[in-house]
Amino acid sequence: MSAARTGNSSVLSHALKDALIAAIVAFGLFMLLLGFLTDDSRGPLRLLTRPVLLATTIGIVFVGRFLISLIYYNATTLRYYLGALWTAICSLAREFKIALVVLLLLIGGGWVFFSPKDWPLILITVATILIGVRFGFSAALLVFAALFPVAFYNNPYFLGIAIIILTYVMLGWGLNIVVGLAGLLDLGYVAFYAVGAYSYAIIAQAYGWSFWVCLPLAGLFAAFFGILLGFPVLRLRGDYLAIVTLAFGEIVRIVLLNWVSLTNGPNGIGSIPRASFFGIPFNATETGFAAKFGLEFDPTHRTVFLFYVILALALITNWVTIRLRKLPVGRAWEALREDEIAVRSLGINPTNTKLTAFAIGAMFGGFAGAFFATRQGFISPDSFTFPESALILAIVVLGGMGSQIGVAIAATVMTASFELFREFEQFRLVIFGFAMVGIMIWRPRGLVSTREPTAYLKERKTISVEHVTEGRG
Amino acid sequence: MEYFLQQSINGLALGSIYGLVAIGYTMVYGIIGMINFAHGDIFMVGTFIALIAFLILVAIGITAIPLALFLMLLIAMLLTSLYGWAVERIAYRPLRGSFRLAPLISAIGMSIVLQNYVQLAQGARVKTLQPLITGTHTVLDLGNRFVVQVSNIQILIVLTTLALMTGFTWIISSTSLGRDMRACEQDLKMAALLGVDTNRTISLTFLIGAALASVAGMMYLLYYGVIDFHIGFVAGVKAFTAAVLGGIGSLPGAMLGGLLIGLIETYWSAYFSVQYKDVAAFSILIVVLIFMPTGILGRPEVEKV
Repeated sequence: MSAARTGNSSVLSHALKDALIAAIVAFGLFMLLLGFLTDDSRGPLRLLTRPVLLATTIGIVFVGRFLISLIYYNATTLRYYLGALWTAICSLAREFKIALVVLLLLIGGGWVFFSPKDWPLILITVATILIGVRFGFSAALLVFAALFPVAFYNNPYFLGIAIIILTYVMLGWGLNIVVGLAGLLDLGYVAFYAVGAYSYAIIAQAYGWSFWVCLPLAGLFAAFFGILLGFPVLRLRGDYLAIVTLAFGEIVRIVLLNWVSLTNGPNGIGSIPRASFFGIPFNATETGFAAKFGLEFDPTHRTVFLFYVILALALITNWVTIRLRKLPVGRAWEALREDEIAVRSLGINPTNTKLTAFAIGAMFGGFAGAFFATRQGFISPDSFTFPESALILAIVVLGGMGSQIGVAIAATVMTASFELFREFEQFRLVIFGFAMVGIMIWRPRGLVSTREPTAYLKERKTISVEHVTEGRG
Repeated sequence: MEYFLQQSINGLALGSIYGLVAIGYTMVYGIIGMINFAHGDIFMVGTFIALIAFLILVAIGITAIPLALFLMLLIAMLLTSLYGWAVERIAYRPLRGSFRLAPLISAIGMSIVLQNYVQLAQGARVKTLQPLITGTHTVLDLGNRFVVQVSNIQILIVLTTLALMTGFTWIISSTSLGRDMRACEQDLKMAALLGVDTNRTISLTFLIGAALASVAGMMYLLYYGVIDFHIGFVAGVKAFTAAVLGGIGSLPGAMLGGLLIGLIETYWSAYFSVQYKDVAAFSILIVVLIFMPTGILGRPEVEKV
């Protein structure tokens, strides 16, 4: 319905009608839950009324729907202008690539000149951009990550967030093997994370083994759990599998909560041994890291060390995934995701193929869990709930199933925004939920980037286009 | 023996609630083949709407319990079904014909939205309602220490469930809407070709499912008297288990599965351990899906190219 066919006044009345209907529905939806508040802060349950909140919400719905309808009815015109704008921006960027680099260098130089204290930050910014221009986005991201602690050495808060982000990047990449490559929806991934964390905590406390000995063990335990779960359930179809993994995740959490003699139940396990630098602990004693290397003791050393540990772990996950994708098993995973029946007809055993994906994904989850335990020094079942699984899944979904760089970006954006809006916990979760719905509606193969099958017969186009258009239909 | 009988009565009441929620899962699965992950949260929204409706009724002076209960039921069914409709309209309808896991992921998103919306709107604290329906009847007294009792609320739950099931079966078997629903269940595309308004039928399916869930929610509220924004998750998974156990897509199966899950959970809590009662339900889900994926009353599903 373009503006040309429907007159301006009729567009307006159509939009008004839509908005009115939306407002009535909103009134029905929000009347009780937003219009009233059940309050038991003083004695028995009583009701408080919130007419202003209700009216505001309905007003927002009305205006929002009105604007959306206006845009929708004028979509052709709007799309034309937006498209023209985008083309203009793109061509400008192409024309002036070198000019842009020079401009950035100038800005960087000026920045150093005026505030010399910030030089590491400026250095890595400029280095990142230069490398990005020359070698592409992934290389730039890698350089930025590697130089990050140099720039933010004096800012432990940023370093802490970066470590959390990298943990999620690693979890996302681990789950990406299962969901993105093999196409198995795993809603209980956090269970493997928990198994890794708990096995590290328990082994390290009981036997006093070092982090580097326990790390592979934690991964093995998690992989073992993956096989244990996967073996019976991987015959199931997609959505049943999802629910079963969800149930499994909950079972693991409940067992952790109630097996008090092993896991200390809801109180969790505290004072978990810290990771050491080739046997040298990070503390202020004579044998500590600072004394050995003739430095002044600084707790940031440990944080920087942890940063590089998780960076290395995440990169290993990434590297293994990229290598596996080129091996027959990786090819089989992707084929399985696209068409299970075809895979079976080709004589590939789908259960075994799925099992490897499950076990390898679980193993990386276990590594991440062990890292989590040694970083926190304290773990409890509260860290391994279903929303955590949903978050990791959302990272994979938003990033584009199967795409490594997409998952990394999604993890960064989500974790960083979660940190920034920490005060608005529920708001951000409501938005997060809607984002998952929106992605499925508009970009079912991922927001940031998409990955097409690595190997294909001439008809690559049909495969990818079919999936995308199906989502829009 | 008396203890067993008592637990069976408790289990039946609990199972009726699960059964009502399970119908929502099984209907939606039957028609569009998706797991409506947000259905458990619709149930939770139902409990909250019932609670607020009751408090409003008390505030405007309707205190006669039967009348209040009836109005509460009406309001809860009406407004909760609106939620069911809205969820379908926003999150599932645009995804019709998308790849298989898309609606499930979308449903998970919707479930997160509903939970946090209720938490934002009504607070994270547990809401407690004093028991409205009191009184018990002694069923069996053998002179031991233990007396088997049936409470009025349990009778109410079972009777309401029976009445709803009867009405619902009638809708499915003898109305034009029911015929449309059965047609959609058999073959959505063919039904559309033959002039069934499939979008409308699917919307109504969600509406009815949500209405039944809201009744279950109200019963839950009256039975336990304690609700919070989080109850939908576990209740939802258990109801889904019930639907799978009974054979997903089959309506009597959903009710049967609900009763079985209610009984198993009650016996498990009574004879083994309360802490692991959720593990029991989840394990049943896994075991049933592995060994008997078509459930007790379900039809085997053939996967076609």
